[in-house]
Amino acid sequence: MSSETQKILTTDGVPLEESLKKSEKRNKIKAFLLVAPLLLFLIITYIFPIAEMFTRSIDDRMVTNMLPKTFKSMENWDGKELPSEEIFRSFYEDYKILAEKKEHGKLGQRLNKEKNGFNSILKRLFRNIKRNKIDENSSIKVQLTKIHRHYENVDYWRAIKRTAPPYTMNKYLKGMDMFLDEDGNIAQVDEDRRIHRILWLRTLEIALFVTIFCFLMGYPIAHLLATLPMKYSNLLMICVLLPFWTSLLVRTASWMILLQQQGLVNDFFVMIGLVSDNNRPEMMYNKVGTYVAMTQILLPFMVLPLYSVMKTISPSLMRAGKSLGGTPFVAFWKVYFPLTIPGIGAGCLLVFILAIGYYITPALVGGASGTLISNQIAYHMKTTLDWSFASAMGLMLLTGVLVVYWIYNKLVGVDNIKLG
Amino acid sequence: MALPSYTETRYRIWHYFYIGICTFVFFFLIAPLFVIFPLSFNAEEFLVFSEGMKNLDPDAFSLRWYKDMIYGTKNPWGLAAKNSFIIAIFATIGSIILGTLAALGLSSRHMPYKGIIMATLISPMIVPLIISGVAIFFFMAKVGLAATHTGIIFAHMILGTPFVVITVTATLSGFDHSVTRAASSLGSNPVNTFMKITLPLILPGVISGGLFAFVTSFDEVVVVLFLAGLDNTTIPVQMWTGLREQLSPTILAVATCLIVLSTLILVTAELLRRRSERLRGIQR
Repeated sequence: MSSETQKILTTDGVPLEESLKKSEKRNKIKAFLLVAPLLLFLIITYIFPIAEMFTRSIDDRMVTNMLPKTFKSMENWDGKELPSEEIFRSFYEDYKILAEKKEHGKLGQRLNKEKNGFNSILKRLFRNIKRNKIDENSSIKVQLTKIHRHYENVDYWRAIKRTAPPYTMNKYLKGMDMFLDEDGNIAQVDEDRRIHRILWLRTLEIALFVTIFCFLMGYPIAHLLATLPMKYSNLLMICVLLPFWTSLLVRTASWMILLQQQGLVNDFFVMIGLVSDNNRPEMMYNKVGTYVAMTQILLPFMVLPLYSVMKTISPSLMRAGKSLGGTPFVAFWKVYFPLTIPGIGAGCLLVFILAIGYYITPALVGGASGTLISNQIAYHMKTTLDWSFASAMGLMLLTGVLVVYWIYNKLVGVDNIKLG
Repeated sequence: MALPSYTETRYRIWHYFYIGICTFVFFFLIAPLFVIFPLSFNAEEFLVFSEGMKNLDPDAFSLRWYKDMIYGTKNPWGLAAKNSFIIAIFATIGSIILGTLAALGLSSRHMPYKGIIMATLISPMIVPLIISGVAIFFFMAKVGLAATHTGIIFAHMILGTPFVVITVTATLSGFDHSVTRAASSLGSNPVNTFMKITLPLILPGVISGGLFAFVTSFDEVVVVLFLAGLDNTTIPVQMWTGLREQLSPTILAVATCLIVLSTLILVTAELLRRRSERLRGIQR
């Protein structure tokens, strides 16, 4: 007997182990090549742009690029006393170039955000430059302070220095109704101007309640669909699937018709005597409209995952529970309900994530109080064109969604998501 | 669901309560769709049921708004419908090709980093639409595809592929790989094997994924609102504009057509699902 184990060879004389490894590797590459086109497509057109939103949201190079000399001479300035003649001069030179290129307006707007009143003292300087009133051979510092007394105020120079770093968290702070005050501390904006926090809370509230309503309405019908004989449940399934396949805007339009003051819902309330005819309640353009319409629109996303889980639960389990002495309620609570938890998780996750990013329905039926964070993002994208702020808010929302997704994955596992 | 005769009264009450709730929810789900039908045939301009309609007076009904939809002056619906179909069809074809290939790769047991790749591929489904809209807009603006059909088609491919990936992966999970091995051992090349063996077997999954992608594109409004110029307006964008300005009966006529379309899609999807389940031998 030989002490060495004989290596098994393939017909070409290559050791089998090596040949297998090679073929496994080839298969791996083959599989990867199949995925590669879509992966590349998504990375280039989708993942990358989302990452770019981040750089856009913290980018603050505008002032840095506009006042290069000023920042260079400011490097050694401690920010306690009024800057030296050198800093004044380089600021003047930078500003003169901007004024010639007619780009000074943007600088004024940006610095005004940092310190109120900046725009007006810059405008004063601009007028003086235009009329050639500044003598470059004598002290710029003396002349500027004569133009406007605020040039003697150190706070304004500190404001310029604060914009020196090329990156800023300002947009994120603004999204949470906070800002950096003059000493660089985080401060809250005045109470009556805290609009974003209200929007975040409202978005969260609406998403949560819509999820709860969808669960409360979806669970019974999913149970009925899963327990009825096939010929009835197929018919009822259409009630769930037809709205699911119907355009979102069509469904929103039908709610607008139903909920208007002369609409059928109000007609019905009048008919049963709940409200009087000349005192019809406003059900649209407020939260009621948003809740009702969103619940109906998102309900199929709750029912379908619940149904696909409930379908797999054998009815004999409930019978066993009952035969072991449980009342129907106990049997349901101890046996059936725990088995449906993956479906509940999947349904709630889907509905919550869809609801938190909702935009179209709240904008149409919600009125002013139905405005959600998505509407605000769209507003900044399309109207104010503050794209970096829109990016910052978008990423804050995305972080929230990813956290929910992560928690869900820990608790239930993503593999349970099923479509129809 | 008949109750056994020995059921106690309180469970009997509970049972009828439960049936009552279910009836209400089904009504809540389906009834709003049926409000649109009669009102779209309204002879008047108001969006309430007139006395004539309540009395089923034939004069109270007309095809006026359908005529307006098709022949109306400076009406946007023709262009919108053409754009919607072009965009949705190309986006669906793109999604099907990329999605099916990816699903084939993903369901191979040799696929490395399966979890993270799957998460990336279905991420457009999880990320809120508004964020996708912003990101895609930045990209399209940079490469000069904003306000073009191509740009919107690409955008809808991004949103549609996850559905194809999920449905085809699900179909492939019940796929017997020995049939493709049999084909190769009989001398078929991989492309031939795919076209003649694999594709016919997974076709129901591919088509139902394609239907999802089609509906996603056809119904999508958030991303198009960011991307579209005047020439790329689609049906949802027109409806959105119309609903914001004034709810006109013409919109209801369009909505009725869309409901008919979605009914057709629903029937197709259901038939395919049943066929696929029969093929996979799932007992129901």
